[in-house]
Amino acid sequence: MTQAAIDHYLAEHKRLSNNSAGWIEKQRLSALESLGRQGFPSTRHEAWKYTDVRSLLKQNFISVDTDDSTVGAEQMQTIRFPDLDCYELVFVNGHFNSALSSLPASGEAINVSSISTAGDDVRAKIEQYLNQYASTDKHGFAALNTAFLNDGTFIHAADNAQIDKPLHLVFISNKQNSSFIAHPRNLIILGSNARATVIESYIGLDNAEYCTNTVTEIITSEGAHLEHYKLQQESDLAYHIGYLHAHCHKDSRLDSHSISLGGLLVRNDIDTVLAGRGAHVGLNGLYIAGNNQHIDNHTRVDHNMPNTSSDETYRGVLDGKARAVFNGKVVVHKDAQQIDAQQSNANLLMSDDAEIDTKPELEIYADDVKCTHGATIGQLDENMLFYLRSRAIDETTARSLLTFAFADEVIKRISFAPIRERLEHRVVGRLPDASLISEFLQ
Amino acid sequence: MLSINDLHSQIDDKKILNGLSLEVNKGEVHAIMGPNGSGKSTLANVLAGRDGYDVTGGSVTYEGQDLLEMSPEERAWAGIFLAFQYPVEIPGVNNIYLLKAGVNAIRKSRGETELDAVEFLALVREKIKLVKMKEDFMSRGVNEGFSGGEKKRNEIFQMAVLEPKLAILDETDSGLDIDALKIVADGVNHLRNEERSIVLVTHYQRLLNYIVPDFVHVLANGRIIKSGGSELALQLEEQGYEQVMREAEAA
Repeated sequence: MTQAAIDHYLAEHKRLSNNSAGWIEKQRLSALESLGRQGFPSTRHEAWKYTDVRSLLKQNFISVDTDDSTVGAEQMQTIRFPDLDCYELVFVNGHFNSALSSLPASGEAINVSSISTAGDDVRAKIEQYLNQYASTDKHGFAALNTAFLNDGTFIHAADNAQIDKPLHLVFISNKQNSSFIAHPRNLIILGSNARATVIESYIGLDNAEYCTNTVTEIITSEGAHLEHYKLQQESDLAYHIGYLHAHCHKDSRLDSHSISLGGLLVRNDIDTVLAGRGAHVGLNGLYIAGNNQHIDNHTRVDHNMPNTSSDETYRGVLDGKARAVFNGKVVVHKDAQQIDAQQSNANLLMSDDAEIDTKPELEIYADDVKCTHGATIGQLDENMLFYLRSRAIDETTARSLLTFAFADEVIKRISFAPIRERLEHRVVGRLPDASLISEFLQ
Repeated sequence: MLSINDLHSQIDDKKILNGLSLEVNKGEVHAIMGPNGSGKSTLANVLAGRDGYDVTGGSVTYEGQDLLEMSPEERAWAGIFLAFQYPVEIPGVNNIYLLKAGVNAIRKSRGETELDAVEFLALVREKIKLVKMKEDFMSRGVNEGFSGGEKKRNEIFQMAVLEPKLAILDETDSGLDIDALKIVADGVNHLRNEERSIVLVTHYQRLLNYIVPDFVHVLANGRIIKSGGSELALQLEEQGYEQVMREAEAA
């Protein structure tokens, strides 16, 4: 199976190579070689034990090689966050759409560009930062992303620079003649004490069949702070493989919020390396799945240096025959003392057929550390349900309310109110009987 | 208003209520007293419709309707309120929004127009004074981070806002210091009127110094073994449950 898929993508690579940009060819070919070497993951790999990608590999997805896809104004209206003052880089079926986008003015301090339209100076920077810390050896899909690297976003904030508004990267997929794959690549590089807020939205339209295979690389230099959001609302028939790698230097901070609501088969990997004293990462995640959806979140935090901290909260709501996987690994390396690492994963199962496989993993090679972790799986609390009903709330509304309250524990951790409120609405829209509880939203 | 006739109830296979009968008329305050394990809380929960209690015999009629056929929310719409012995903390569900939804669900079920935000806020500001709670409590999650006393005051506040016809107070006095007990009792007394019936379930006579009942019933082994006026509570306080239970057996 995996060999047939490799052969397919090798042929696909050859087909596209005629119109490839050329400038990043060395990395692409090296990644292609990496793909040939390692192949795609299967359930025999421990990290993919519960996520079987054979159905994805069978699809023989091809890349959309024309960049004239667009999205109508009305549909854009539903995709954009209403009235959020932000910059937007919009990609349709893997290609940057400048007409739909609004970028900040680029200069010495701030440089934001799509990869496909990057000028020579930006290209040089991309080549410098690409895979500096992330690796195509992570898994076959990461290699595939680099091998097909064609578009995405490059964000650079120089030392002490602050991007004044959130950057919203919007990856839209709509119906095409054949099912397709896109490989968006994002590089977010923050200089010392730089600050930025970046939202990645993955949106499927028209019940399209496709695969998004995305990689985001983040580097936070000393004292930098990145607020990163990922909103995954792919279509019901879509596959989504996402890999985020972050390298955090001294006293820098990454706050990651990952919300997965859509897709048929979804895999999110987040690897963060705390590489300097005082670095902190907050990992916040919410997944809501129903029907036959499969959502897998794998996170890894490496505490390489002393005095680093991590704080992780993932929650899931599963209905129908949905299946979710959570694996949170925390590694405290030798001599990395004075570590504070907290992790929790809570799951709400709304049906008898829903399933969660949750596994917190701690590997600790230092002795002066404070690490806690916990995982819970449960149903709605009967006492809470009865309490609400005894206060005249009908059962359906009470259930919906408690489900929202459970999910909202994750959303509440978003400190930036304009984004928190908008994400809250997306989450509510995904819950059953949401209209009943609209007045509970503040 | 409420007519309980030969009620039998059990949890799993354990019989708790064994032929309990009780008549509560409009405007009356009844105290149900009894030792631990006598079935007091079971009675309160069966009346409010909590799951897990099998009714194996008897009947409960409320305003001419078969109460046992009604869901908890239908009972609330019909004017029944239970003040919980252990009020539940519900993080993420806002106190004030819950109450507004509750008030409007009740109004809707009666064909009345729903209160808008301004009208509701005025109602809340008026009622919250009864239990001497700060308004900022209301913007928190339901009972979230409340002390034991604050939770009980919140129950009485909710009762004040929901204006039930029949209020069942399940050990509302338990865990309260004397100041909180007075506040809770004052709140209940303020809500007492000729239209509203109240059933107080309590272990101690203490509460009844502040809320003087019209009737006192002694519950033991799932049945009411003795009924009387408010003086019966004082007798219980003096003699203890055992003496009263022995006398009842002898009779």
